[in-house]
Amino acid sequence: MFRQIVSAVAMVVVMTVLTGVLFPLGITAMAQVFFPFQAHGSLLKAGGRVVGSRLIGQNFSRAAYFHSRPSAAGNGYDASNSGGTNLGPTSLKLIRGVHLKRKDGSDDPGNFDGIADLASAYRAENGLDSTALLPADAVARSPSGLDPEISPENAQLQCARVARARGVGAELVRRLVQAHTRGRQLGLLGEPRVNVLELNLELDRGIRSPRVAAPAVRNSKGSL
Amino acid sequence: MTTNGVLQVLVFFGLVLLLTRPVGTWMARVFDGERTWLHPALAPVERLSYRICRVDPREDMKWTTYAGALIAFSLAGMLLSYALLRLQGILPLNPQGLGAKEMTPDLAFNTAASFTTNTNWQSYVPETTVSYFSNMVSLAAHNWMSACSGIAVALALTRGLARRQSGRIGNFWVDVTRSMLYLLLPISIVGALLMVWQGVPQNFDPSTVAHTVEGGTQTIAQGPVASQEIIKELGTNGGGFFNANSAHPYENPTPITNLFQVLCIFLIPAGLTSTFGRMVGNTRQGWTLFAAMSVMFLLGVFTLMHYEQLGNPNVARLGVVSHAGPRQPGGNMEGKETRFGIANSALFATVTTDASCGAVNSMHDSFTPIGGLVPLANILTGEVIFGGVGAGLYGMLMYAILAVFIAGLMVGRTPEYLGKKIEQHEVKMAMLPVLVLAASILGFSALSANLGLPAQSAMNRVGADGPFLGSTFNNLNNGGPHGLTETFYAFASATGNNGSAFAGITANTPYYNLMLALAMLAGRFLMIIPLLAIAGSLSAKKSVPASAGTFPTDSPTFVVLLIGVVVIVGALTFFPALALGPVVEHLQMRSGVLY
Repeated sequence: MFRQIVSAVAMVVVMTVLTGVLFPLGITAMAQVFFPFQAHGSLLKAGGRVVGSRLIGQNFSRAAYFHSRPSAAGNGYDASNSGGTNLGPTSLKLIRGVHLKRKDGSDDPGNFDGIADLASAYRAENGLDSTALLPADAVARSPSGLDPEISPENAQLQCARVARARGVGAELVRRLVQAHTRGRQLGLLGEPRVNVLELNLELDRGIRSPRVAAPAVRNSKGSL
Repeated sequence: MTTNGVLQVLVFFGLVLLLTRPVGTWMARVFDGERTWLHPALAPVERLSYRICRVDPREDMKWTTYAGALIAFSLAGMLLSYALLRLQGILPLNPQGLGAKEMTPDLAFNTAASFTTNTNWQSYVPETTVSYFSNMVSLAAHNWMSACSGIAVALALTRGLARRQSGRIGNFWVDVTRSMLYLLLPISIVGALLMVWQGVPQNFDPSTVAHTVEGGTQTIAQGPVASQEIIKELGTNGGGFFNANSAHPYENPTPITNLFQVLCIFLIPAGLTSTFGRMVGNTRQGWTLFAAMSVMFLLGVFTLMHYEQLGNPNVARLGVVSHAGPRQPGGNMEGKETRFGIANSALFATVTTDASCGAVNSMHDSFTPIGGLVPLANILTGEVIFGGVGAGLYGMLMYAILAVFIAGLMVGRTPEYLGKKIEQHEVKMAMLPVLVLAASILGFSALSANLGLPAQSAMNRVGADGPFLGSTFNNLNNGGPHGLTETFYAFASATGNNGSAFAGITANTPYYNLMLALAMLAGRFLMIIPLLAIAGSLSAKKSVPASAGTFPTDSPTFVVLLIGVVVIVGALTFFPALALGPVVEHLQMRSGVLY
């Protein structure tokens, strides 16, 4: 048995070095050579500054931009604290939300927008009537809280608002959304979707916004 | 369900079917010590590691020696992990400056036990708790080691059935080394690069601060993700680099990586059924196990997909579309990524709980009640629907032994499996894990659903002041039956060495860290040791030739019997708990009761 213990300790050390040190270092070296853009997180730059990652969603609240899905990562799109709501289908908090006032009249920090709140806010900001049907992704939080994409229907419903805020025709914006809609991979895998950050950057490049100067985005080397 | 959803599942299953034989053949050749095209490069490494570890590769072990080696190997790895996790503050590759303050003793114990037992339950948020060094060296290395141990046990049990009057079941060190070098390593190198190509990061950069389009800042966590991601699936480990696991766009950026990940999870477990058939000299025996697993997999995935697509009536009432259209997913999208929608989320959830992987690409806690019942039920079968690497095969063989025993009782003959008489000793050893798993899952769940610790207790300080401060059910994120399911799922997942969660539960307290660690250790070793004992006793027996009275174990009848045993053992043991959790919740959801 003592011999097995010696072998065990030695084997743990050998495997730790091989699989825990040499393997990741080797993969890192190869990744840097073959896919440097992806290896560093698919970062998009504008004027030398990183504006985000094409894979990581970010928060948009201005009318002139397409909005991402609601997020439960930190205070919304916190990319160092990913996660979902983990609320179940019979959760009162998930459906109706939590709206409490503290004694001094301010909002309680534990407050939470339920799906009912998210739905009415979505309808209000996009000028939809109160019975308009909404796509599920528009009012449901993603598991990562960092979903970079929305469904084509969700994007379509936001077109009129974005066009109005930018003072352009809705048809122009709609065409842009269409161009940015990605179908299923290989025609089969996954779901059709629109990358929000890429779409908004394209908007700023092509359609002048009254409030935001257009950052020039350096083209990414990698592609999916 | 959509046509495209069904098609995606069938394409996945077709690929599994296509790969089973080549992978199984490859494993049979490697573990028999045949020379392959990889040997010129890797055989010197193999020989060197034997020399360093003082292993005599020609030694053929008795089951006690084999089990002793496995336990010593696991214990040594666990102690090393514990030490390295606690010391991460003074170790390199730690750009975020994480230390022992984040990695408390109870959390380090839980995490070391978790990764050693191939569970990869994570009580912590990785981004803010573990350094790159901890992820890579202390944790990801275990993904390899625990996977190799699992494969070794499956091989040992197979040898027990295949050999005659030998009493020996192979060499643990040789099995582990060969699994690592000739199986996991080549696939991992190719797979990791494929993932990087699709967008999974692989760097040692500190977190990137982005200046967002609307003028805010966003801190984006980075790291050596791809090298951990590949073995996470291939070794059915499941421990994520990020909190959101495979739902995080950096861990699983595209539908292609998603398909690749579910394929990697089933690759070795499915292949092992074929290896088994070859090693016992009758490939039909392997395909019989494969068939039983396939039926249960397909049943699970389509049930799950159906209920998730139906969605939540409480949400539909608010004017949200639940039927899928060409431009929108419909269904229950809470806790699901846009790129995966309903179909890929249902597929991933089924695969990850059929196998003992536990990676997730959607939040199981937010599933509809029946949608959440499927992963839970998959875990409760003991994860034998393909199952963990090695663990699935040895678990299914345990059920096969019980099945022939039951068949033997029905016809009044001494049961046989593959020419080996199944006697009292084997049946007792096969029943032991079944009882241990049930006792651990139900016992710990019942305790945690009821235990009220003193309000000042340091063991479980969670939640605001209130009448229930200190109670262990305070840690739940949901009320009503769903809350009970959160507890039940946690201990099922830990005992079954799965590692997925109804993740709303706050498990990072000393109480839960310790209880879950005990459940994980019991679920791993109190299953492996009795099964190795069976391997030893079967290996010593002589083979009796099949006669007219032998119950054939390579027939459709046996497939049905095997499924029956798996379902009945699971269903009868856990039915009351499932009825109180997901079943009640389903009825309440439909009548609009909210908590």
